Amino acid sequence: MKMIEAPERIESPPEVAPRNAVLRYRVRRISYKIFVYLLLLGLCSLILLPVAWMLTAALKPDLEPVFTPTPEWFPTKFWHWENFRRVLTESMPFLRYMINTMIIVVGNILGVLLSCSLVGFAFARLRFRGSKVLFYILIVTMLIPWQALMVPQFLFFVKLGWYGTYLPLIVPSFGGTAFFIFLIRQYMRTIPKDLDDAARVDGLNTWQIFWRIILPLSTPVLTVCAVFTFLASWNNLLGPLIYLDSDEKFTVAIGLANLVTRADTPWNLTMAANLVTILPTVIVYFFVQKKLIGGIASVGLKG
Amino acid sequence: MAEIGLERVTKVFKDGTEAVHSLDLQVPDGNLIVLVGPSGCGKTTVLRMVAGLEDLTDGRIVIGGRVVNEVPPGDRDVAMVFQNYALYPHMTVYQNMALSLKIRKLRRDEMNRRVHEAARVLHLEDLLAKRPRELSGGQRQRVAMGRAIVREPQAFLMDEPLSNLDAKLRVQMRAEILRIQKDLQVTTIYVTHDQTEAMTLGDLVAVMKRGVLQQVATPQELYAHPTNLFVGGFIGSPAMNLVQATLENTHGETFVEFGGWRLRVPPEVVAARPALAAFAGRNLIVGIRPEDMEDAALVPGSDPDTRFPVVVDLREGMGSDVYLHFSIAAPPVFTEDTRELASDVDEKALEDLKERASERRTPFIARVGPETRAQVGGSHEIHADTRKLYFFDPADGRSIYQDPSATPRGVEPSLIV
Repeated sequence: MKMIEAPERIESPPEVAPRNAVLRYRVRRISYKIFVYLLLLGLCSLILLPVAWMLTAALKPDLEPVFTPTPEWFPTKFWHWENFRRVLTESMPFLRYMINTMIIVVGNILGVLLSCSLVGFAFARLRFRGSKVLFYILIVTMLIPWQALMVPQFLFFVKLGWYGTYLPLIVPSFGGTAFFIFLIRQYMRTIPKDLDDAARVDGLNTWQIFWRIILPLSTPVLTVCAVFTFLASWNNLLGPLIYLDSDEKFTVAIGLANLVTRADTPWNLTMAANLVTILPTVIVYFFVQKKLIGGIASVGLKG
Repeated sequence: MAEIGLERVTKVFKDGTEAVHSLDLQVPDGNLIVLVGPSGCGKTTVLRMVAGLEDLTDGRIVIGGRVVNEVPPGDRDVAMVFQNYALYPHMTVYQNMALSLKIRKLRRDEMNRRVHEAARVLHLEDLLAKRPRELSGGQRQRVAMGRAIVREPQAFLMDEPLSNLDAKLRVQMRAEILRIQKDLQVTTIYVTHDQTEAMTLGDLVAVMKRGVLQQVATPQELYAHPTNLFVGGFIGSPAMNLVQATLENTHGETFVEFGGWRLRVPPEVVAARPALAAFAGRNLIVGIRPEDMEDAALVPGSDPDTRFPVVVDLREGMGSDVYLHFSIAAPPVFTEDTRELASDVDEKALEDLKERASERRTPFIARVGPETRAQVGGSHEIHADTRKLYFFDPADGRSIYQDPSATPRGVEPSLIV
């Protein structure tokens, strides 16, 4: 008798209770999503609003006041798109500046990736006498501020006859950067040692192991290094300011700095130039964001 | 295809630990030899030395008549399968298998042919374009095998290749490996800590303990004639029951006594072991395999001197047989060998052994027929097949055979600790 009663009791509740529960669950999930989206949209506009203001300013004609008592967040009255053309080629050679900067950026990225990956590989995977001591020395060099090296380095490059060329801004990166070497070493240490063994039995020599196994597996950390290098040299003002001496060699950072004068700053052109300068960074991020976020997470760095 | 010879191979690590001690081993051409032993016994180190991933401290390794001590791994013409497969994560299955051929600058069509042939044998054809992370454990294992096969090497080296698979898949892949090895007739050294794997796969099985080779023999020989306590206890599942006993001679008949019971040792057993006579009236270690015991009720008319009553602690039904656990009121064998065997199971097994030693209680397992009526807590008679008893010298753990100086084939006296 008991055997028969039990199933009946179980059967009746599914008719009512779960339907309510499902409904409640759905409502809760949807309202949660609405909340999250609203929050994200709010944060997003907080970041994008200044950019909209920049665009408004960039589209204004000369002499039109930029800093109005109530900020004009969105372009409504003026649509002077030619300001961009002016800043790129006519009144300011920003196109030239961008090409110059690109030369330095690409050179730096190549240098950093080549030197740091090789040195990082050696520290991470090869056993050699004194490797620990060398690594500690490398870490210690991170403590020396660049400002302390600025003057001796300048004199050094002047003696080499490199003043007024891009060489002082590119060549040092081929010597490696302590921080990136550190990052790459840490990352490469996490790649299983068995892969080296398997590769060795497969007949690969150390160079082939680096090139065919370890390097392809290190793309996340290499992306991080490349992007950080890109940002650093794209934004670098002091370096180019010290070593470059003519307008046709200047970089965007110098160009932007030169736009702002004590009086009569052409704000519309400055904002147009700024927007143009942001663009490559945004494009780079757009293309590497997946690798970059994965990479930053994997090396334990915060942007 | 080649013979592999290890001569006095010794490995001492930088920190001073001796992982392998003067190991001599001959692997005949086309044979599969299994190196087996508890973890930390040096079997993987031996394999890595043959592969060239580890330098030798002393001795020689000869592959196909060539001393390879100084030959880099890639030029030794051996292929290795790793425990965690060590597949290149950024390469497809095809690229994983083809890499070694590419490095050797093999012609493209030949490379293609070999990879596809290996893929066909291993049922990997549909997976060639996939990456390792998209594969299941069994598939990864097969790719690792494929990477070894395409090389067409003189020898395969396998380092616990099945230990990362679940039990069912392991049995299946074990058969697969055996089939491939027999088809290709490639000399193979196979490392495992699983004695079942060793027994089913090996043409020859080499048992190691703490860097020292204990015995090399065919699986059957190893089971029937273990050279010492360690091999006896390691080979067989469930493990051999070991107990301290005394040997008595009365009226021309020989008995072993333990825990208040006595078993008559058949005359032919005594005759086959002349050395046994020297132990009359003395302590020795007796081994009985679980499968050599039976519920006495299922062996009607057996000699009363082959039976002893026990109280069953635990009954495990396996379907085909029943495992009965019970205790014998005799001190367990507590030597360096049994400690090693217990600690291989786990830390707790070693603690249990120590505890039982103080309580003078030896656990036994009998594998009896499924018809048994034995119940937990009940007293029950067990019959032991006394023709299949094992005897060991308590002083050094060596098996007691023909005479004190003789040892079964395949082992040198100097190798026994």
